Amino acid sequence: MSKNILGISAFYHDSAAAILLGGKLVAAAQEERFTRKKHDESFPTNAIKYCLDYAGLTLDELDAVVFYDKPYLKFERLLESYYAFAPKGLRSFIAAMPVWMNEKIFLKKVIRKGLREVGDYNKSSLKLLFPEHHLSHAASAFYPSPFKRAAILTIDGVGEWATASIGLGEGKNIKVLKELHFPHSVGLLYSAFTYFLGFKVNSGEYKLMGMAPYGRANSKEVKDFEEIILTKLVDLKPDGSIWLDQRYFNYVTGLRMIDEKAWEQLFGFPKRVGESKIEQHHCDLGLAIQRVTEKIVFHMAKEAKALTGADALCLAGGVALNCVANGKLLKEGIFEKIFIQPAAGDAGGALGAALAAQHILFEEERQIDDKAMDGMQGAYLGPQFTDLDIEKMARRNKLSFQRLESDEALCEEVAKLIDSGHTIGWMQGRMEYGPRALGARSILADPRSPKMQKKLNLDIKFRESFRPFAPAMLAEEAERLFNLGAPSPYMLLVDTIKKEHQADLPDDYMDLPMMDKLYVLRSSLPAATHVDFSARVQTVHEETNSKFHLLLTKFKEITGVGVVLNTSFNVRGEPIVCTLQDGYDCFMHTGLDCLVAGNYIFKKKP
Amino acid sequence: MEVLRDIFTFIVARKKYVLAPIIIVLLLLGLILVFGETSGLGAFVYTLF
Repeated sequence: MSKNILGISAFYHDSAAAILLGGKLVAAAQEERFTRKKHDESFPTNAIKYCLDYAGLTLDELDAVVFYDKPYLKFERLLESYYAFAPKGLRSFIAAMPVWMNEKIFLKKVIRKGLREVGDYNKSSLKLLFPEHHLSHAASAFYPSPFKRAAILTIDGVGEWATASIGLGEGKNIKVLKELHFPHSVGLLYSAFTYFLGFKVNSGEYKLMGMAPYGRANSKEVKDFEEIILTKLVDLKPDGSIWLDQRYFNYVTGLRMIDEKAWEQLFGFPKRVGESKIEQHHCDLGLAIQRVTEKIVFHMAKEAKALTGADALCLAGGVALNCVANGKLLKEGIFEKIFIQPAAGDAGGALGAALAAQHILFEEERQIDDKAMDGMQGAYLGPQFTDLDIEKMARRNKLSFQRLESDEALCEEVAKLIDSGHTIGWMQGRMEYGPRALGARSILADPRSPKMQKKLNLDIKFRESFRPFAPAMLAEEAERLFNLGAPSPYMLLVDTIKKEHQADLPDDYMDLPMMDKLYVLRSSLPAATHVDFSARVQTVHEETNSKFHLLLTKFKEITGVGVVLNTSFNVRGEPIVCTLQDGYDCFMHTGLDCLVAGNYIFKKKP
Repeated sequence: MEVLRDIFTFIVARKKYVLAPIIIVLLLLGLILVFGETSGLGAFVYTLF
């Protein structure tokens, strides 16, 4: 009989829970959405409660609770690293050990205590399992993929020892073929640059990726930076493994990512202080590390191909959220098909842990639904609300609203609002699992408007104005506008808009200051095309999000363009909204024009 | 006791006997010093993720 399994990730960043009911994935969510603390690492009490509630299960009805990594193996790595570097790292050791001796070494007890807050259960019958971190990532990528056989590549900061792994998925089995070990890590390398360029480690990596296109693509400066990285910091081997020169890094034994003085000497400028002005050399270095990262990922993918001979690749781990690298990897053609787990970071480890237990420990066969694109159900696995909830929220906040009877009428009305320049908070159905808003908790706007990027960044999202927005589009529009050659339902592939949709640029475009570059009209979708003509494409499919698909269809009928700008429904520093009240609060505290929840439209101005 | 049993099993399985002394010392220190302290998770960031 198929099992009921709860997967958990917690205690580092992005804690989450996912549940398999009778072997089928039915619910998954990140804790941050409930606690409203971005990247919340605490035990996912709320997410577990939600998952159990959705599945209609009690803790006693679970066949296993699976945590996404092995704490003792991680402890071993810490101790051996301190041994290796001693006496350096004493301060860090003194800071780390109390945490371990106080709670992390007693993780089983901590988890049992956390579960006690969720509900009563019989401790003796609870099966608690701990698969390896990268196996959890690999499982999260392979098992929901549509492939019977595939290479698996997982790349992140660090799990226990592994920082990257290559595996082969076949049927219900995963075989790990090769691992790269700490302290040599692509994720930590990228995070080191995130830190040096003035962004927060573990959350600013997106910003660095968004800043990189402002670098001067063909300049000597970028090439020199690349060379410095590849000669001084990183030794890239032909099989994609890397060796990081630890003289320049500080994360093994210190409380910082890098040796700032050494980096200043290497690159010729000091660490950027957060919120200070971004200069051209910051962007150039951002582009250089992005290119180096892509180079490493390509080498790893080629090695995965050589080791497995598979036609398809599954990707997971934090680095798999680097959608620029993903898009280029697809174009490179090393693999015919690529599936990327939408919750590729540690949140997805919760799902991977549950799936690893299901197929590897309990030896359940995989069921691949040939009709579905993949097993993730569009990543719409979170909480939802009812019409009654919407009306209660409206009454509580004394709001007037317009209710449209049919989806058809609603989508037509919202399409008209977007066409007339309105910005929409769009809350529909089940919340997304993973970092991307995919049309369930999204802000939507007109991508054709040249002023929309600035308006959204400064008046609504309150974030840095250089950051790009993504276009969500009908699949056929993706073919018309881009050359992706594959669906991108999870917004994890970046591509360049086709030449015929690019605008003519001024001759001095590459030399323009950052912000001037931003306001040059670049394409027919200026608000959703980055300064290098690239866009993080989301293809919207009727099978997974019929209402969003209908909205895009209506928008196309009105404007001739089946594309809207789609960004996450939140403001800077906050998690994406979860409940109606979160959505209402965000709507009222930002410059958003309308809130559309279910078939109800709320407007600030009549 | 469960932790001690798990750690012992882990050390034997991984053949990492060299780690036994430091773990024992840390556990003893932990018993004496750490109980009752609040978590210092925020102070130590990077090698934990």
